[in-house]
Amino acid sequence: MNFDFSDDQRRLQDEVRRVLADHSTNVHVRRVLDGAAPFCADTWRELAALGALGIAIPEAHGGSGMGLLELCLVAEEAGRALVAAPLLPSIYLAAEAIRRAGSAVQQAAWLPRLAAGEAVIAAVLDERNHRVLKDPKLSLADGKVSGAVQAVPDGMAAEAALLLVDGRLVLVDLRGEGVERHALKSLDPTRPLARLVFDGAVAEALDAADGATVAAQVVNGAAVLLAFEQVGGAARALHAARDHALQRRAFGRAIGSFQGVKHKLAELFAQIEIARAHAYYGAWALATGAAELPRAAAAARVAATTAYNAAAEESLHLHGGIGYTWELDCHLHLRRARWLGQILGSEHAWREKLASALIEEAA
Amino acid sequence: MDFNDTPEEAAFRAQVRTWLEANATAKRGRDDTFRAGLSEAEYLAAARAWQKRKAAAGYAAIAAPREMGGLGGTPAMQVVYSQEEARFLTPDRVFEVSLGTALPTVAMWGTPEQKASYLQPAFEGDHVWCQLFSEPSAGSDLGNVRTRATREGDEWVITGQKVWTSGAHFAQYGILLARTDWDQPKSKGLTMFILDMGLPGIEVRPIRQISDEAHFNEVFLSEVRLPDSARLGPENQGWKVMLSTLMQERFSLGENFSGDLYAQIIDLAREVEWDGRPAIEHARVRSGIADAYIAQFGVELIVRRGMSAISRGESPGPEMAAVKLVGARAFQTGGALAVELGGAEGLIAQEDLGPEWRLPQLLWISAPGARIAGGTDEIQKNTIAERVLGLPGELRTDRDVPFRELEG
Ligand SMILES: Cc1cc2nc3c(=O)[nH]c(=O)nc-3n(C[C@H](O)[C@H](O)[C@H](O)COP(=O)(O)OP(=O)(O)OC[C@H]3O[C@@H](n4cnc5c(N)ncnc54)[C@H](O)[C@@H]3O)c2cc1C
Repeated sequence: MNFDFSDDQRRLQDEVRRVLADHSTNVHVRRVLDGAAPFCADTWRELAALGALGIAIPEAHGGSGMGLLELCLVAEEAGRALVAAPLLPSIYLAAEAIRRAGSAVQQAAWLPRLAAGEAVIAAVLDERNHRVLKDPKLSLADGKVSGAVQAVPDGMAAEAALLLVDGRLVLVDLRGEGVERHALKSLDPTRPLARLVFDGAVAEALDAADGATVAAQVVNGAAVLLAFEQVGGAARALHAARDHALQRRAFGRAIGSFQGVKHKLAELFAQIEIARAHAYYGAWALATGAAELPRAAAAARVAATTAYNAAAEESLHLHGGIGYTWELDCHLHLRRARWLGQILGSEHAWREKLASALIEEAA
Repeated sequence: MDFNDTPEEAAFRAQVRTWLEANATAKRGRDDTFRAGLSEAEYLAAARAWQKRKAAAGYAAIAAPREMGGLGGTPAMQVVYSQEEARFLTPDRVFEVSLGTALPTVAMWGTPEQKASYLQPAFEGDHVWCQLFSEPSAGSDLGNVRTRATREGDEWVITGQKVWTSGAHFAQYGILLARTDWDQPKSKGLTMFILDMGLPGIEVRPIRQISDEAHFNEVFLSEVRLPDSARLGPENQGWKVMLSTLMQERFSLGENFSGDLYAQIIDLAREVEWDGRPAIEHARVRSGIADAYIAQFGVELIVRRGMSAISRGESPGPEMAAVKLVGARAFQTGGALAVELGGAEGLIAQEDLGPEWRLPQLLWISAPGARIAGGTDEIQKNTIAERVLGLPGELRTDRDVPFRELEG
């Protein structure tokens, strides 16, 4: 047993952190927040140049072929730096699905461009079964897709979409015939959403015979990767609160000396460390293809979602009135925590997945 | 990152398993317990015999260095052993303080003579140790210890009272924190001693706990005479020695807080009926099971990370500080969820409800103790806030005042 990342992996993580400290500052993130760009092209370019986007893509396809453990650490740093770019759809979902289930031609066509950050693919691979607007569901007939999907991350910026339709994984060219897209206002404007409407758009199937199984695996992997983003974001929010508590004074002393404040921060620390432990376990299960992946991914997702939401909420609260201003970054965490926690299936859905996995294992 | 056994660990696991199969009986189910119904004396005798057998096979002190009589293995090997032993019916708890905290403290601070006399008999189960720190007016505020140790020639004379001392009624030795200098501020004038529990002047009175066991005690010390060779660590450095014990405690407690309470709840919830359906089909129960797993297995994962760090020759990270806080609370929440499953019938004690309710009910009633012993939740949170997050210490009026000038 050696349950931690290696020194080499930590060095790589430090490198990503250094680059993002310069190229995903709040100025970068706020350009997307203010609607000036669909995502931060500078951040995206730097991540590509660093090899971070293609870190789990084989060398033969333009990646650096390191692996999923390394991608987990990239995700942690992306979360910490509030990266406003399409990591989830393009890298965690599309690149992974194509790497696992694409034909040789599809891999050669897409993976190098995804690794280089030249192409963005939107992707919805989970079941999306919490429905409000009740659009007609997607369906597939004669290689053509019809229907609509709501709340598609980076749907406007993407050139193609990877979708799970009737148990098949299909790629659709979003610039082709029979596709309409509409930008939607997102609760986290740094992570924009779109509605995609298809009316007989040409759908190119991935190789996988059982698209639903591949999609489920990729979604589990994405849950682990998002857990790393959430842990990174939560740790940053906690440290912002800690720094503020050390510096802000009231009643003649630093607010961080009040026990109500100290204990709240200590609780957050404990919650984040539990989430981190599950995220690491998820990383191990993902990278080794372990049978424990569904349980590990679900636990990581639930623990990380609760931890980041709590850290973002309490960090803002600890800042007092100034925390409620547009100018401070507290709301960026509040928004991102909510967005990350719901974009790939809600906490409730994942808690139920975890319970099912545990009950099945105990049989 | 590798969660699986290394080849060496796998070989060790196979060896341990073979030995356990030959020397113990495998559990038939999760709620199967070692000879339930034994008197305390019988249980103690069985625990000692088992410890002796383990020692003969080399499993008594797996991670202790060879020169101290241990196996010289890694902490990961200790985990492998514990995982395997958990599948068999064996006595537990008796040696928790001895091997978990007291002996590691002796190993760290003891003179060569002390190590030579005390380690081996404890590994072999001949000696059980206890930890005499808390007093009526010194719990969370341990620096307030008032038990007095006065030097008379080459001897120390000890007078005072300890309380909540687990296992004192069957221990042969204890590590004792006493005040040796009343002119220094609180934590500065303390010294640690090794106390032979058989000496004249020691009276042990068991206290009945809410779990209806008598596991902790009051210990009265009146003019107990100790040679200076019983001093553990330098004079007036007892606070430092005590801190190293508490570090050990936090670590060994980590193992106590891992476990499979969530699996027990699953077993129970399959049998219990809610509204004509198995309780396990209800969302409230399922989410409770998921949350119990997240807390309990999360703690176990943190401990495994700490063990990995030690195996690499590094110190465990700050995340270890979360283990006791989260683990103890998980017992309380999980225990309550289990008891709650039965509604009104869940209030029937296990003797009349069924043996599968024994562990959950015991956990429910003993969880409050876990949140207090070894540093309360609040003290854990202060530690995390101050040591890990660097927040200011509590306001204190007593830090620099000579102890004799403080009010009781
Ligand atoms: C089952 C069990 C076994 C034990 N075994 C041993 C043993 O073997 N050896 C031994 O020496 N001791 C033992 N103890 C004692 C244990 O260490 C103490 O009970 C514990 O440290 C708390 O001290 P106290 O009981 O004096 O409570 P107090 O310190 O009086 O605490 C009372 C309450 O006040 C809170 N409080 C105290 N200080 C603060 C603060 N600064 N900020 C916020 N809240 C605070 C506490 O959290 C607690 O809720 C055991 C206790 C139990 C329950």
